[in-house]
Amino acid sequence: MTTSSSSGGIITQFYNCVVLKDHRLVDDYVYVQDGKIIDPAKMFFDERRAPDVRIDCGGGIVAPGYIDVQINGAFGYDFSNDTDIIDEAVDNVSKGLLMQGCTAYCPTTVSSRPEVYKQVLDHLGPRAGSVERGAEVLGAHVEGPFISPQKKGAHELATLRTAEGGLEAFDECYGLDRLRRNVAYVTMAPEVSGVLESIPRLIAATGIRIAAGHSNATTAEATQALAGGASMITHLFNAMHPFHQRDPGVIGLLGASGTTRPFYGIICDGVHVHPHSVMIAYRAHPDGACLVTDAMAAQSLPNGVYKLGEMDVDVHDGNVYIQGTNTIAGAVITLAECVRNFARFTGASKVEALESATLHPAQMLGITGRKGVLAHGADADIIVLDHELNVQRIFVAGKEATRENVVYKNKL
Amino acid sequence: MRLVIRHNADTVADYIAEYIKERINQFKPTDDRPFVIGLPTGSSPIGVYKRLVQLYNDGHLSFKNVVSFNMDEYVGLPRDHPESYHSFMWSHLFKHIDIPPENVNILNGNADDLQAECERYEAKIQSYGGIELFMGGIGPDGHIAFNEPGSSLQSRTRVKTLAYETIIANARFFGGDVSKVPKLALTVGVGTVMDAREVVVIITGANKAIALAKCIEEGVNHMWTVSAIQTHPRSLVVCDDDATLELHVKTVRYFKSIEQVQDEMIGRENLGLYGQVAGPLKYKAIPSGN
Repeated sequence: MTTSSSSGGIITQFYNCVVLKDHRLVDDYVYVQDGKIIDPAKMFFDERRAPDVRIDCGGGIVAPGYIDVQINGAFGYDFSNDTDIIDEAVDNVSKGLLMQGCTAYCPTTVSSRPEVYKQVLDHLGPRAGSVERGAEVLGAHVEGPFISPQKKGAHELATLRTAEGGLEAFDECYGLDRLRRNVAYVTMAPEVSGVLESIPRLIAATGIRIAAGHSNATTAEATQALAGGASMITHLFNAMHPFHQRDPGVIGLLGASGTTRPFYGIICDGVHVHPHSVMIAYRAHPDGACLVTDAMAAQSLPNGVYKLGEMDVDVHDGNVYIQGTNTIAGAVITLAECVRNFARFTGASKVEALESATLHPAQMLGITGRKGVLAHGADADIIVLDHELNVQRIFVAGKEATRENVVYKNKL
Repeated sequence: MRLVIRHNADTVADYIAEYIKERINQFKPTDDRPFVIGLPTGSSPIGVYKRLVQLYNDGHLSFKNVVSFNMDEYVGLPRDHPESYHSFMWSHLFKHIDIPPENVNILNGNADDLQAECERYEAKIQSYGGIELFMGGIGPDGHIAFNEPGSSLQSRTRVKTLAYETIIANARFFGGDVSKVPKLALTVGVGTVMDAREVVVIITGANKAIALAKCIEEGVNHMWTVSAIQTHPRSLVVCDDDATLELHVKTVRYFKSIEQVQDEMIGRENLGLYGQVAGPLKYKAIPSGN
């Protein structure tokens, strides 16, 4: 017996598994070579190669790695606050998230002053994932500061801005070039002066995506933002005016007809959004759900007082409050827990729950050619789960991440 | 010819898979002396492949030293088209088992020189010393591989124009659009199949009943190309009850009685793979009739 070809690196086959593919869990295999998912028939018939390594998945589920498009920090690090050690923050959060099954993410900044963006955005731009570097950075999610003072949540009032100057206002705040290079999407409030008119121009000028959030917009304003190119709602139900039948506000976009409805981030920790509300959103628009953690620095840290942006917060038994108030300031949940909660809250199938943390966020960011799917040519970011959706094994760029080869530290 | 009748398609598939497993294992194939098998596509063998995969998964069978030759492939259909026979074999068998990719042979319907491809294929079969066991299905018109009615019973691997009936039947795999069905195929010939040291034919379903009757109860006839097995020294037809609907009662009873007599008088444990008595002849005592 001869191996007739030696093109490319070793080929790994995942077997004894059901594979999340084309909206189904199918009895199949996944093949990986050089960090990508490959077409095995091509390997077999054209290159005359068989897998070099076989990974027994123990009958579990093979899915794309999770994608978190809203996370402010974790392991003691905060992307808005740790400006002087931002690379260290990205390094450790990337590795820590990887070990939770999250293989790609958008580091998220809260409303900040222009000098903060100048300082941090260049460090939050796209960065490939690997066992050495952790989860892939898909570019930053910049939340604010063009948001509503009434719906600022934990954002600092003094940092909020309006956009009467159109594109120039955004340029002045972030730097358009910096957006282009480093940013996946920006959350803004459509009703803030100057924002609505700027959305299409901002998209055309930078290629970023726009989410509506921290907003008091009427449904009419939100619909205009959608028509202008906004494609996402940031943490649905939180920091927007509550559903009212005569004007359901931003939430109303879930009921829009005759148009492509937006994706929506939703925090499934059972605290930020009541499980019944999650159910309502899921029933209204299952294909738009993007599970997000909205986690802050205290994720994976014990109870105590921590910094979020420029404010002190109190972490207590899985809840995070602005110190001395009852205002929720962020979450400390992992995306893997969100997926299990989502399935439990809504009765969504395993496929729907998994796709809400893989396919949907990738669709939202327009990166389904390489992320959020197990299609041939996609990045080999793969998780193996049991049928209760507990993450068992994690692979990034085709290599397994383990406690031994992924080392990171908490800031505190 | 042996005719084995089983209740339904599932038990037919069980029988054939078990049979092939035994043949391969008794052959004790090695790197230098591989077991060379001919393989079909179509609906008939799917159940057999499923069971072979199960036997492989359970550790009863390895394909490490098996060399395969497929019967046919469409001309001009991309290899990765879901209806190509490459795709069929990949998804039903090859991806599940340990057959080395270099041991797999399927005609290339996209070769620049189709005639040369056919000649190369025949030569490759010869280079292995011929095919040990050719498994085949059968069309409702009695065709084996793409040897449509009227094909020479001496035919070799060649380019074949598909019969209109075959094209219509296959349109269901191409979105019901007859115009999308390839009109040409490369196929091994009837002679190529009959050169194998053993031929095993799967025939299931009422829609194959006439073909079965034509192929085994009437004369050898190029209009029912599977009938060529009548002159093959070692052929096995495995069918289900439905496929026997057009056979004479006499035929069905005879072939069923063979198994019955073997069971009663010799005992299954004393039978070889081909139905022969294994070892010295030791009939069970016939009860005396006093």
